[in-house]
Amino acid sequence: MIRQILARLPLIALALVVLASLVLTNYRLTLVTYVMIYAIVCIALVLMTGVVGMVSFGQAAFVGIGAYATAYLTAELGLSPWLGLLVALTACGVAAYLIGQMTVRMSGHYLALVTLCFCISVYFLIGNTEVLGKFNGMTGIPPLSIAGYEMRSERSIFYVVLSGLALTSWWVRRILKGRVGRGLRSLRTGGLIAETFGVDANALRMMAFVSAAMLAGFSGWLYAHFQRFVNPTPFGVQMSIEYLFMVVIGGVGHIWGAILGAGLVTVIKQELQDVLRPFLGETTRLDMLVFSTLMVFMLIVARQGIWPLVVRAFAKWMPRPKPVMAIEIGNRRVMPPPQTVVLEAVAMRKTFGGLVAVDDVSFSISAGEVLGLLGPNGAGKSTLFNLITGVLPLSSGGIRLFAKELSVVDVREMCRRGVARTFQHVKLVPDMTLIENVAIGAASLGQKGLLGATFGLDRAEEQRILGWSMHLLQRVGLASRAWDLAGSLPLGHQRVLEIARALAADPFLLLLDEPAAGLRANEKTELAALLRSLRNSGLAILLVEHDMEFVASIADRLMVMNFGRRIAMGHPDSVRADPMVQDAYLGAAA
Amino acid sequence: MSFAIAVLLLQDGITNGAIYVLLAVALVLVFTVTRIVFIPQGDLVAFTGLTLTAFETGTVPGTVWILAAAAAIALAMDLMPLILRGRLDLAVRPLIEMGLIPGIIIALSLFAVPREASLLWKMAATLAVITALAPLMHRIVFQPLVSASPLILLIAAVAVHFGLTSLGLHFFGPEGVRTPGFTGPSISIFGFQFTQQSLGVIACSVLLSAGLYAFFSRALTGKALLAAAFNRRGAELIGVSAVGAGRRVALIAGLVGAISGLLIGPTTTLYYDSGFILGLKGLVGGIIGGLAGYPFAVAGALLVGVVEAFASFWASAYRDVIVFTLIIPVLFWRSMVAPHHEEETE
Repeated sequence: MIRQILARLPLIALALVVLASLVLTNYRLTLVTYVMIYAIVCIALVLMTGVVGMVSFGQAAFVGIGAYATAYLTAELGLSPWLGLLVALTACGVAAYLIGQMTVRMSGHYLALVTLCFCISVYFLIGNTEVLGKFNGMTGIPPLSIAGYEMRSERSIFYVVLSGLALTSWWVRRILKGRVGRGLRSLRTGGLIAETFGVDANALRMMAFVSAAMLAGFSGWLYAHFQRFVNPTPFGVQMSIEYLFMVVIGGVGHIWGAILGAGLVTVIKQELQDVLRPFLGETTRLDMLVFSTLMVFMLIVARQGIWPLVVRAFAKWMPRPKPVMAIEIGNRRVMPPPQTVVLEAVAMRKTFGGLVAVDDVSFSISAGEVLGLLGPNGAGKSTLFNLITGVLPLSSGGIRLFAKELSVVDVREMCRRGVARTFQHVKLVPDMTLIENVAIGAASLGQKGLLGATFGLDRAEEQRILGWSMHLLQRVGLASRAWDLAGSLPLGHQRVLEIARALAADPFLLLLDEPAAGLRANEKTELAALLRSLRNSGLAILLVEHDMEFVASIADRLMVMNFGRRIAMGHPDSVRADPMVQDAYLGAAA
Repeated sequence: MSFAIAVLLLQDGITNGAIYVLLAVALVLVFTVTRIVFIPQGDLVAFTGLTLTAFETGTVPGTVWILAAAAAIALAMDLMPLILRGRLDLAVRPLIEMGLIPGIIIALSLFAVPREASLLWKMAATLAVITALAPLMHRIVFQPLVSASPLILLIAAVAVHFGLTSLGLHFFGPEGVRTPGFTGPSISIFGFQFTQQSLGVIACSVLLSAGLYAFFSRALTGKALLAAAFNRRGAELIGVSAVGAGRRVALIAGLVGAISGLLIGPTTTLYYDSGFILGLKGLVGGIIGGLAGYPFAVAGALLVGVVEAFASFWASAYRDVIVFTLIIPVLFWRSMVAPHHEEETE
């Protein structure tokens, strides 16, 4: 019963609000309308701050741009509010795109600060501009009208705003689910995961930033036609901060949290004054003190916000995910015949100042082969790995994939050409499920973008990607936990999950950075079996490891490095017998 | 614009910039050690002016009552767990830090600062009141949040700012104040006239920033604070507590804020809510320095001051528009040259 209610929560909530609107007084209706208008901005913030991790202090300015755009068009030029909507959205989109051009690449604080400066500038600009009515604002904004019916009453505009909020939540929820959404959700851990699997992290950040700004503009448009007059006050930095406030209080990564936060903050602020008046006197402004005390208190007791607490309380009854049928995708890459050289490194060299970290190292890996790379600490293994994966540029030399130069292309292109990797320090998105984490790896296999997700055109593709991810989870033995959060896995399983994610890109070449580190003995055995079966399917594998036993048990050939040089290469047994290798590992024989 | 006016504006800008330098240095300091963007720093500055003015008019400033309340709450928060655990032997330190010291300051402010007292004595009392506020703020709000993400800390800082503004309006009312400053004839250097006020401001700012710089590069306490900034867990392993470091740095920020307030009071009208935009300008200066490097923070803050002075000459109404818009390209440039590292929010 509870489970069914929760599964239909959005519809039930909508129905309840509609029912409530029939009995609420006009004063209450207006208050709820404000809450919903703020909630739209907050949901946009969930998208950009909660999901992607970009903090913006400029949302109120975008609301302002939207509101003033339509105010000017309708009140000053007498045009239709619907044209106002178009202009409001365009203006916000363009402004955000321009700011985004320089900010999305910036790390944390710069973005926050630029949006802050932008917000202050817009506020004073509007407040000093004659045609926009300076700080007095603009009046005479016409109400919305649909098919000749004017939305003058509190009740009618209430339904318009409610539809707007429902549409916004629906849309954001929808795009967060699909291929683009998985990319967006991976960005909070940094752009590296997305880039590694062929997704342009900065383009996604831009998308989130522009979408959030346009939603804010939409909210501003509603605000202008609801209030029918505008002035700069609600579009200043204080309000931007208040939006963030709402989102943090509600739960920063959750759409419901945004609605809850907007409601709580708005209602508490509104009611607090009335409640406190008898205690504090008629003219007091101490309600703000009580308000901020409440907020700090909430932050201390529920740091993640309120919605996650609700989720935890109802976790037992949360709707079960739809089962996903495991499928193998049809258009897989055709593996080259065994012994074909996949990767060839020629005289790779990397210097840091005077230090030669990798010194003229050459080697090749063939299809259906595991090449183990060994070496004591500081031998240059990690540097070599970073050179091959394109994280570090080569000082000289070359790396070729199927005889095509690889060192000149970026990380995304490498993924598209068929190179996939894992990370030495596991990089998963802890608050996404296993299957979603694997599906990130398959991002380059899909094409559907924002529009596809919006109009549900990505259904077939999603089925394919998720089915493929499920198939890979089965292959690595994690299918039973497909819907658990990746963060809840023990380290050994996390490493295996990373391999599944790398496989999702359907690569020719798999680069594994210390996959056995921190694994228990039986986990190592399982991993070895998995790697062997992958090799037998024609994959070329480069395995960087510390653990001699482990590598020797699966590698076809071993390469040993010391002091940046290749000191041995060949069959595991002969390499292990090599006196130079023994020296490097055990020190010079006494 | 004549050369003379330009020089005058430059002087004005540098004087204001010197205040922003102090704000920026304090913000950078608090941020590097605690990851808090300490928005209330500006409020401390504004409250300093309001407190001094209250002393001047012979009334008890509201900040004294704020201090009393904050000390009581902080003391309760510290003592409560000790009482529950029956470890009253550990209560001595909180009793001194949050009971005795604020108590002395409150008693002094109530009984030992008559209207006819000398300006210096009133300044000292103001300094003590404001400085004592900051570590209490840290104890009450930020200590329970010590391991929270920067976003949560920022929101908490904003909440503190809102609360302080509300208290400011309640105690001091909406009127702006100007405090008395250094007086005396202007001094001529290289043929240019400098008021004693602006020279004093610049001198104080230079001394303070240099002092802080030396403290953090030379003294052991300073290095311990930086260690806590660099790696909280590592610092705790070698016996540097993050909480202690945070409180100490809040104390320094409080002192710097109070001094900035005394310096800026005579040239700028301070209202109960002036702190926000002041703090922002300092913050922008600090961010130009990447919230990490002092020399850049100083340069950034001076730049903000100078741009502001020239902007108010040309288009006074658009002053803040110009200041905050011109900063954007500078921020862009800084983000390009600053060493880029992927920041993880979790």
